[in-house]
Amino acid sequence: MIDVINLTKRYGKLTVLDDISVSIKKGEKVVVIGPSGSGKSTFLRCLNCMEDPSGGQIIFKGENIADMKVDINKHRRHIGMVFQQFNLFNNKTVLQNIMLAPVHLQLKETRKARIKAFFNKDSSIITKKEIIENARQNALRLLERVGLSEKADQYPSSLSGGQKQRIAIARSLAMNPDVILFDEPTSALDPEMVGEVLQLMKEVADDGMTMVVVTHEMGFAREVGSRVLFMDGGKIVEDKPPHEFFTNPENPRLKEFLSKVL
Amino acid sequence: MGKFNVKWEAFADSWREGGDARVIEGLKNTLTIAIIGLVIGIVIGVIIAVVRVMPKYKLLPKILDKICYIYTSFFRGTPMVVQLLVGYYVLFPLMGITVSSLVTCIIIFGLNSGAYLSETMRAGINSVDSGQMEAGRALGLSYGATMIKIVVPQAIKNILPTIGNEFISLIKETSVVSFVGAVDLYNAFRYIGSNNYEFMVPYLIMAMFYIVIVLIISLGIKLMERSLRKSDRRN
Repeated sequence: MIDVINLTKRYGKLTVLDDISVSIKKGEKVVVIGPSGSGKSTFLRCLNCMEDPSGGQIIFKGENIADMKVDINKHRRHIGMVFQQFNLFNNKTVLQNIMLAPVHLQLKETRKARIKAFFNKDSSIITKKEIIENARQNALRLLERVGLSEKADQYPSSLSGGQKQRIAIARSLAMNPDVILFDEPTSALDPEMVGEVLQLMKEVADDGMTMVVVTHEMGFAREVGSRVLFMDGGKIVEDKPPHEFFTNPENPRLKEFLSKVL
Repeated sequence: MGKFNVKWEAFADSWREGGDARVIEGLKNTLTIAIIGLVIGIVIGVIIAVVRVMPKYKLLPKILDKICYIYTSFFRGTPMVVQLLVGYYVLFPLMGITVSSLVTCIIIFGLNSGAYLSETMRAGINSVDSGQMEAGRALGLSYGATMIKIVVPQAIKNILPTIGNEFISLIKETSVVSFVGAVDLYNAFRYIGSNNYEFMVPYLIMAMFYIVIVLIISLGIKLMERSLRKSDRRN
């Protein structure tokens, strides 16, 4: 799915990611943990080039998306992302938040065909109305899935943090992505709202979604993760299935870390 | 106060003898110049602001940025009257275009407010949380699409009071358009006054016209802000 080859990220003289190579396969749930400043968020943000890597390659669907010549927007449609601060569009209702990107991109893709069809009186091509209606139905279905149907026409400012994050997950699911990146999805939540978001993430995982999750939730890592990566000093220092990772850590820094957080 | 009656009568005479039509024309022109000028200004302001906040890896944005910088420096660095005069008597004749003084005023007012609004708009865009842009880009939307659909609407909402102030100052600045021969409110009332050299009442009423227009606009802005704020309200 995603192959990371010799990924390096520098800010000036500071090396944040130091020659990382890792491969994420379809259906895997990769959980990334590590102390703050270890580069785990930067690593995640490099996977969809929200941060441009300073060196190395990110191979997604056979193409190196770290290459500046590649149309990154095309690839990002297939890589969902969920943020710590939710980042719902404040000027759009919940439903519009979910529909916006699918409608916009599908309209853009079919623009030429639709204009041609208009002049040829060709009715086989999908119309703007149908695109919007399809996206709407899909959005409503997703809202039902995340249990927030009744919030469809409200604005994000009237939602709780947990609800916002569930909408944000629905928004990325609406694009039918091949993989979803989660950047500390529960770190900005009140403790009592963490559960509902983790529960939803677990359901998404059970449906077979490929996921890369940066988190401090060790329980989630243990329960849902198929692999756990431990990052320290810009390197991946441990990469194991959760059972081994937690019961039999080898790296001394990881041992120290686990002794503090568990 | 007896004298005021005489002056009032003089004004009433002038008003009846064609002054009323002149004032209506002036009012219409004042509003036309300010409204169309503001619309042009907002469009130009958004374009310049987006150019100026755009990431500048490539050559084209760098060049555009320089052009925008020169543009804003010129319009912010010279008085409106000078811009009108240069436009009407220098630029348009040099380009070989004949435009009426009203159209000149609309164009110059648009260009001028574009320069001022671009700075306001830039501040507005910077005031929108960077996460909004990130979320749009992460969904595969382009920089431009995210800007137009997500960031700029929020930016405009944030700077709406400033846009209102710009509109008000445009209304007031229209009082210089008679320099290039356009009829505005000031020009109309000066015409009324100069019929019989009684300026007291005409200019008093002119001031009232301006303040009523400005008060109405302020009210309009307040109402508009309230309706735009519905996305902030908890319901």
